[in-house]
Amino acid sequence: MPLKYHIYSAPVPNRFPKITKSGVIAWEEGCLKCARCVKKDCVYKVYEKRDLDEKQMLDSLDSVCMDCFRCVQGCPNRLIQKGMNPTYKTLGDRYWTPEIISDLWFQAETGRIPVSGAGYGGPFSGIGFDAMWTDMSEIVRPTRDGIHGREYISTTVDLGRKLMMLDFDATGEMISTPPPLVEIPLPVIFDLLPWSPPKERINRSIFKAAKVLGTFLIVRASDLEPDMMSDASNIILYLDRPLESIDKNLIGNLRMIEIPYSEDALPLQRKIKAINPSVVTVIRITMDPSSSTRIIDLVKAGAEVVHLCADEHGLEQAKEPLFIKDRMKEIHLQLVEKGVRDQITLLAGGGIAMAEHMAKLIICGADALTIDIPLLVAMECRVCRRCKSGIECPVELDKVDPSWGSERIRNLIAGWHNQLLEILGAMGIREVRRLRGEMGRAMFFEDLEREIFAPMGKRS
Amino acid sequence: MANEIHNFSFPEVKVAPSRFRHALSKHRITISKACTNCGLCIDLCPYHVYERGKKHPKVAFDHLCIGFACSRNDFFCVRRCPEKAIRVGLNPSFEILGDKRWPADLLSSTWHMAETGNIPHPSLNYKIGDSGGGFDRIRFIFPPDRFSKISRGEISTAIELNRSGDSRPRVTIPIPLYLGGMSFGSVSIVTMLSRVRAAAALGTFCCTGEGGYPEELMPYDDHIITQVATGLFGVREETIKRVRIVEFKYAQGAKPGLGGHLLGDKVTPRVAAMREAVPGSALFSPFPFHSVYSVEDHKKHVDWIKETNPRALVSVKVSTPTDVDMVAVGSYFAGAHIVQLDGSYGGTGAAPDIAKKNIAMPIEYAVPKVHRFLVEEGIRENITIIASGGIRTAYDMAKIIALGADGVCLGTADLVSLECIRCHHCESGRGCARGIATTDEELTGLMDLEWGTQRIINMYLAWRNQLIDILSRLGMKSVKELVGRFDVIAHLDHLKGRDIHGELV
Repeated sequence: MPLKYHIYSAPVPNRFPKITKSGVIAWEEGCLKCARCVKKDCVYKVYEKRDLDEKQMLDSLDSVCMDCFRCVQGCPNRLIQKGMNPTYKTLGDRYWTPEIISDLWFQAETGRIPVSGAGYGGPFSGIGFDAMWTDMSEIVRPTRDGIHGREYISTTVDLGRKLMMLDFDATGEMISTPPPLVEIPLPVIFDLLPWSPPKERINRSIFKAAKVLGTFLIVRASDLEPDMMSDASNIILYLDRPLESIDKNLIGNLRMIEIPYSEDALPLQRKIKAINPSVVTVIRITMDPSSSTRIIDLVKAGAEVVHLCADEHGLEQAKEPLFIKDRMKEIHLQLVEKGVRDQITLLAGGGIAMAEHMAKLIICGADALTIDIPLLVAMECRVCRRCKSGIECPVELDKVDPSWGSERIRNLIAGWHNQLLEILGAMGIREVRRLRGEMGRAMFFEDLEREIFAPMGKRS
Repeated sequence: MANEIHNFSFPEVKVAPSRFRHALSKHRITISKACTNCGLCIDLCPYHVYERGKKHPKVAFDHLCIGFACSRNDFFCVRRCPEKAIRVGLNPSFEILGDKRWPADLLSSTWHMAETGNIPHPSLNYKIGDSGGGFDRIRFIFPPDRFSKISRGEISTAIELNRSGDSRPRVTIPIPLYLGGMSFGSVSIVTMLSRVRAAAALGTFCCTGEGGYPEELMPYDDHIITQVATGLFGVREETIKRVRIVEFKYAQGAKPGLGGHLLGDKVTPRVAAMREAVPGSALFSPFPFHSVYSVEDHKKHVDWIKETNPRALVSVKVSTPTDVDMVAVGSYFAGAHIVQLDGSYGGTGAAPDIAKKNIAMPIEYAVPKVHRFLVEEGIRENITIIASGGIRTAYDMAKIIALGADGVCLGTADLVSLECIRCHHCESGRGCARGIATTDEELTGLMDLEWGTQRIINMYLAWRNQLIDILSRLGMKSVKELVGRFDVIAHLDHLKGRDIHGELV
């Protein structure tokens, strides 16, 4: 059996104080100066750990308080209150919610998966990925791996074009040439960032993390640092300048190259292959309602990998845009109907914000996916987007130490990988390749509502 | 008719106020220095918010205040105070209390019921949460004629748990609910005993969870469901023989398809002895049953229990996958009396967030799916469906019965009645800071057994009253008539253009 893929993680501390959901507010007026203040009795020792004088009343935003409300309920004159942290509420936006951002921070800091007690407290369902549930298998299934388990659940995927049959000559020699395939140990590739402060150090962090994890990052040719070129095996070079301007040796060293979609994409692919036949080319296209017809044409013309890009909120480009998972379903099913789905690898990205989004997008038809903003959030980004207008980054992302940054990203992906194993384990699926397009093993909000709730209230 | 069970009568409500110095309240009342201590407010307030004080009245129970809704009343203290010294405002801490499924109002109304046994004033929402779907968008359609001919005393809330027609005993519970498994070790012994004693007083059952049968429970054998789960921890022939219902836990809604993990330091010598394990070493409860890979294997399991205890009913607890209807049919043909469908929004000591949120479907979908399928198969009358995993209120209970369950199984609501605030940190530090889900001695000491028992009794008596109200409004004499009545409920998102005759509640 091959060595089990495991990401070793270790806590990596924050550089800046965490933005927590709530704070403690205490008033001095009316304090009875009790001999034993309720603050002394804190189960979590918040006041001791933070070296606060319990006699001193102050507002504090802290990450040690666990919201047990004991001090709020215990103070004789009710001088202690809990309050919402206004900065927390303004984190991110409606898609990149404060909850998602703080969850990502937690994983990047600890390398652990978020676990909590007392049931699920979130909404019934929601937009996009929150409008589907994944399946579980009650009894008939292989024994599970989970995080600690015995049997191996593989998260490896292959990138490249696949032959549907092999040809042999009369003597039994194989005459078909299998196209190059690249294997990655987990179905995640690090994408170009939609925005960021000056990115030299950020890119180096992502580069180091991709190496440690054995996956790839996509880098614009114009952003490539000379020292990265000599160690290019984890780089997917995005050709944002003419092929002719790129060093031929570099092309020879690369395993994957990404090119923007255009009429000339396939001629360009052939030119690249002429320099390095073993490179896998990826064609990057903006996700829109015509994606499936374009991909079908690309498959016929010999494309190997297509990378579908939605926007940072997971929406395609259209007047009434579909969410990435819904468009992905349509594309996958169209390709299946045309009988070409297995020839090509589909990458998709845009709006991938949580571990569950990986499993869900793969269920909807992607082979692997690309992530961007979570990489920044792993390094404490607050998704304020000030960098877009050239304002200085509040968490100095442009100054991160690449070792620290890569360890934070590694931790985040360790958490994501373990959560993917949980989902696969619950479904009784032993490898992520078999998850692709398994829509029958998922439950979609709109289907269930129509089936169950729509007919209610009618007298029969 | 209310009492079909020989010699049973419901326990009485006894007021059980908050065990902390101040109850958490929605409203906050302040009395300014202008107060002359005339005492009018004390006399006026029918909710007994105030107590006499030396310099001015004490706002002792502002959690009983009905807030701004009171301004309609003659006795509204803010208006009547001669010195205009009283102010009522919202409690600022309320904002961060609770979550979408259990908003602060729902927590407070549950505490109110547990304290007083009464339904709170409507200014505190006690019917629905803020999850935006499922139960929270479903309403009863009460017929327009408000005065039903059925008097409350004629309405039965009892259900039968053995509907199979086999030779095993009939087991009737006077309310359509029992309490779900929380293992010894996951909650304090006081919590565990409070639940068991409340179940016994209410004539129903409480499940042990996986982890054994502490001897403190033995006086209540007739009201205990013992669990056989995948780790087989604490399962002995002797414990299976003690009880009237044995439950197989195939999966649980909060972590469907995932096993359990008891951390090493929770495996105290007592826990270890009960589970026949080594103290201090972590225990994994695997998934799934390694002896069950087919419905025939499952039948073998059920037969094993039936052979060991000839009077026991067998319950099968499963999660809610896509094919949950097939799972239910399989359980029936294997000989189960009860199938418990555990939805994905239920609680547990600790589970990965990704599992709670994403794996398996909510109970509001699963129950009608199973109910319809069993009706089509012609076997619905022969098996009892119990729903769990996300049932928070009496209204949720009534709605899921209308969606096809016979009754419900509860856990989180019990803990909330014991003043759990759902901080979600059951596992952190020394365990639950409020002394509910902990084995820490000092924290366990925060709760008194009599108090805990009474709080749970009070809450479910209030639930029963609400259920009777609902049945009365629907013109039904028994909760059994409500099962699978899709026609008496409607989902607000699917009402478009439909003619609803009646009031949506």
